[in-house]
Amino acid sequence: MIYLQLLLSFIKIGLFSFGGGYAMLPMIEKEVVDINHWISQKEFIDIVAISQSTPGPISINSATYIGYKTGGVLGSVMATFGVVLPSFVIMLIICKFFLKFKGNKYMEAALSGLRPVVIGLIAAAATSLIGESFIDYKSIIIFAVVFIATFKFKVDPIIMIVVSGIAGAILY
Amino acid sequence: MFISFFKIGAFTLGGGYAMVALIQKEVVDNKKWVDKEEFVDMLALAQSSPGPLAVNTAVFVGYKTAGISGSIATTLGTVMPSFLIILLVAVFFIGIKDNPLVESIFKGLRPAVVALIASPIYSMAKNAKVDRKNVIIPIIAAILVAFVDLSPIYIILIAAVGGIVYYSRKGRKA
Repeated sequence: MIYLQLLLSFIKIGLFSFGGGYAMLPMIEKEVVDINHWISQKEFIDIVAISQSTPGPISINSATYIGYKTGGVLGSVMATFGVVLPSFVIMLIICKFFLKFKGNKYMEAALSGLRPVVIGLIAAAATSLIGESFIDYKSIIIFAVVFIATFKFKVDPIIMIVVSGIAGAILY
Repeated sequence: MFISFFKIGAFTLGGGYAMVALIQKEVVDNKKWVDKEEFVDMLALAQSSPGPLAVNTAVFVGYKTAGISGSIATTLGTVMPSFLIILLVAVFFIGIKDNPLVESIFKGLRPAVVALIASPIYSMAKNAKVDRKNVIIPIIAAILVAFVDLSPIYIILIAAVGGIVYYSRKGRKA
């Protein structure tokens, strides 16, 4: 039952993706590349690149893409539904008991524990993608240029996506 | 409401924090569904629950304004644009993936993606109050996930429990 598998897998991803954006990447990668082998690691990086240049959260983008690849349109509906469901349910519960949750001591403590770990997860995402991305010295140059441009000069990531796509077309 | 959030979903490239400014403009300034103070509180809650910030915010605003059906409308609105666009991309991309030009473009994109993921780490670490004393925590987490291949689920659970234990001890001492 590929549809059920997609649904359950993406519910799991949705449930444990704290910190948003890049912090979700190791979680998604583990589930779709390592455990279920739905896509290769290379394809995973490509999805991240596509997500960077299309609107919407990366978890939803990857759910839709992987769902479609493994189970067609219905698969993408199941995966997208799965990834959104936990946030939807949890946020509704928080809304209902808004005041109880606000400033809850244990909640705050748990979050303070999570905050530094989320940074680690992002670093892990970057590290694990190096293997498939750095194929020669040219890719290391692209990495360095993009890193310096976004870190030091705050260039918009979308511009860097376009530039490095063009660089790839010319260099390879 | 669906249309408002569809608009938000369609125009937020880069995701996450880029969306926040747009959502605020639409729901606080234009539509006045929630006031500014509520929006800030809500943001804190949205950040502390799992899932994309945009979806969490949409659920909250929808619920606040029109109950459960409102939150269904806003969530669908936020998700729909990226869903439709990626579906189109997937249909198209799976067909042309092996085209040599497309492969070259992606050879250029892949190292750029690694750089884009790596470059906000420093400022995020500063925001998360990572300093010399606790910098070991993210480093251990990164090594466990990237090299030891431990599932991020365990890391998250350990971190949450660790936070509770640490701060309740600290509270008792004080």
